[in-house]
Amino acid sequence: MLRKFAIAAAALSAAVVGVAFAAGEAEHPHDYPYSFDSPVGGYDMGQVQRGFQVYQQVCASCHGMDHLAYRHLGERGGPFAVYRVTNHETGEPELHVGQPAHGGTFVEVTDNPYVRAIAEAVIITDADPNSGQPADRPGRISDRFRSPFPNEIAARASNGGAYPVDLSVITLARHGGADYIRSLLAGYDGQTEGVLHHNPYFPGGWIAMPPPLVEGAVPYADGTATTVEQYATDVAAFLQWAGDPHMEQRKKTGLVVLAFLIVLAGLLYLAYKQVWRGESH
Amino acid sequence: MSGPSTYEPKTGFTRWLDKRLPIIRLGYDSFVAYPTPRNLNYWWTFGAMLSLCLAVQIITGIVLAMHYIPHVDEAFASVQRFKRDVSFGWLIQPIHAVGASMFFLAVYIHMFRGLYYGSYKAPREVLWILGCIIYLLMVVTGFLGYTLPWGQMSFWGATVITNILGAVPLVGESIQVWIRGGGAIDQPTLNRFFSLHYLLPFVIAGVVVLHIWALHESGQNNPTGVDVKSKADTVPFSPHATMKDLFATSLFLILFGVFVFYMPDALGHADNYIPANALQTPPEIVPEWYLLPFYAILRAVDFNVGPIDSKLGGVIAMFASIAVLFVLPWLDTSRVRSMRYRPIARQFFLIFVVVCIALGWCGGQNPGRLIVPATYNATLNWVQGGEVVEQPVQSAGEAGWDEAAAEAEEAMRAQGMTLVATTRTGASVGTVRGVRGGAPQSASVSAPSSDGLEEAITEAKEEHAAAAPYYMVERNIPGTFTVTNLSQVLTAYYFLFFLIILPLLGLRETPGRVPETIAKPVTTQTEGA
Repeated sequence: MLRKFAIAAAALSAAVVGVAFAAGEAEHPHDYPYSFDSPVGGYDMGQVQRGFQVYQQVCASCHGMDHLAYRHLGERGGPFAVYRVTNHETGEPELHVGQPAHGGTFVEVTDNPYVRAIAEAVIITDADPNSGQPADRPGRISDRFRSPFPNEIAARASNGGAYPVDLSVITLARHGGADYIRSLLAGYDGQTEGVLHHNPYFPGGWIAMPPPLVEGAVPYADGTATTVEQYATDVAAFLQWAGDPHMEQRKKTGLVVLAFLIVLAGLLYLAYKQVWRGESH
Repeated sequence: MSGPSTYEPKTGFTRWLDKRLPIIRLGYDSFVAYPTPRNLNYWWTFGAMLSLCLAVQIITGIVLAMHYIPHVDEAFASVQRFKRDVSFGWLIQPIHAVGASMFFLAVYIHMFRGLYYGSYKAPREVLWILGCIIYLLMVVTGFLGYTLPWGQMSFWGATVITNILGAVPLVGESIQVWIRGGGAIDQPTLNRFFSLHYLLPFVIAGVVVLHIWALHESGQNNPTGVDVKSKADTVPFSPHATMKDLFATSLFLILFGVFVFYMPDALGHADNYIPANALQTPPEIVPEWYLLPFYAILRAVDFNVGPIDSKLGGVIAMFASIAVLFVLPWLDTSRVRSMRYRPIARQFFLIFVVVCIALGWCGGQNPGRLIVPATYNATLNWVQGGEVVEQPVQSAGEAGWDEAAAEAEEAMRAQGMTLVATTRTGASVGTVRGVRGGAPQSASVSAPSSDGLEEAITEAKEEHAAAAPYYMVERNIPGTFTVTNLSQVLTAYYFLFFLIILPLLGLRETPGRVPETIAKPVTTQTEGA
């Protein structure tokens, strides 16, 4: 009987690791108070813009976002949407990034200088219009976000066999959404094992992605602290916007629709009572 | 039931049309003058909501189909493009996805209402069966639709469900290949699933017409279960039932709206935002919430019954759980329709509702999850210091191994060695190890789960790693009650309810006093008040 349960185990070497994390178990992400958490909360567009900067300068070297085009950045509800407002002192029209508190007319994305600049700063490999051969050209606003690798095989080959996933809908594709992304990016504890890095928020605890964010690596123009945590917070907000760009519109419409339905329900209730008055039931 | 038509065309045109195509008469008789029992409660308003759901799904679905591309490389992206770039795509896609859930929510309430008030009994058996057919078509349509976005859960859900069909004896594999359009889920599968997903809602609409026809032939049941006897028992459908239905539907739409606008993804699974990948199985494969009870029944059968293996057994149980609904009118022997007057049946019914919800919960859990907490403990024995002795063991043949191993161990023990154990490395070869000398030690560890115990053992070993190379680990695995066990109990009740409780109870139960007419209790109640 004893033998049945007995295992003569070989000596344990110090190399046995990951004991604290049974496969699939991960620490619960921190609940960060994002502006979009509440049912009426929209995006903090300054934060989304900074997050885009972090994506562009850090994440984009390995991760694509195939479902996004540069024009999305400047469409209504996008972080670089531009509105034309009149300067009260000079009376001259000027451009304002983001919807002003009152007034302002939306500038179509084709006329948006910020989005154009962002797109043109990117080099896209395309067929040359004359020769048909692959050639580099500056990006256009209609281009999809530049893919860092031509295909999955190339991506794996450049990343030690691991595939940097597309980030278009990453906050929707992970439990915990933006909070998970934020906790993961700021959650590295410095342990490594071969090509794997330890991160308590990653299911299984070991992730192939090296810590991507370094303090001060992305300069912020608006004076926001350039810490790893701040970068993680901002880029998670950008990814949240990228996955759900119509959220603000949806929540606003929802408010009107629900208000309408509640009034309608009230009226229908009164009508129902009126119809059934005098009918026992 | 509806009686002779009371429609009188008023204008010249309607008189002319009535002689040629009495369609206005049909509408008037069916939805205006149609006599409705006056005591219908809010549980009777879900039929209207279901018609609305079907219309909403068909309309949003047609728009979606204008933009959707049924191609394995394009499907996922086409849904994204629809949500991002198409006008109101951000609204239409969530309405369709949430709409499926709302459709099932309403249909389940509608079915439970039918069960409670005995709406399946004569003369409404055909009405009930048509309803079961609609439900079955809804399940198939919902499943097909869930595969179309071609996310991980779409792909693997389709894989699991089509695998189930493979369990059918003799023809299973052929059916499986036929449905998939090949050996595995791939482009042909997606194409045909899209085609069928577009077709079936119109089939549902056709059966709904039959369902309403049958309803209007036999008349609506009502909370007392008593037949309509006179005009005093009824009110005209319009405006009485129409207004009540509209009011209840507006409440339903508020719930619908809360999900669409504020929690569009709450009812789905995050993994379906990962594009389908045939090479990567998700950590858990679960269907949408409305199919979880059947998934639990499928997985509850984890044992073989005679020649039926557990896989086929699960499939039989799952299909039987729906099939039993079709024969329900002949299983329930009670002559009283409404459980309002069946005090004992009502208790069993309430348990049945709880069981169905609990089955849904089970379907979403890891089958091995413990329901009752248990303590796993283990004792580790090792020798501090001492010398490790290792010898090869060879037996004459495969059959003689046990004997040879026991002999080798005995020989080592005879020399005063401790922690003697053999490791088999081949059919008839292995190693026997033991420790000579040293100080025997022992420690106990415990944890609330099997994985936790292994962790605790590993940790305990690490502590003494340097000095003690070998351990004897004695594990004490307690009896456990898992989600699978719970599902088995719940599944048993599910079938017990239909096959034993309802048939026997109908013969033995003494029902309460059933009112003579529909009008009587409501009018006396009002007079008394």
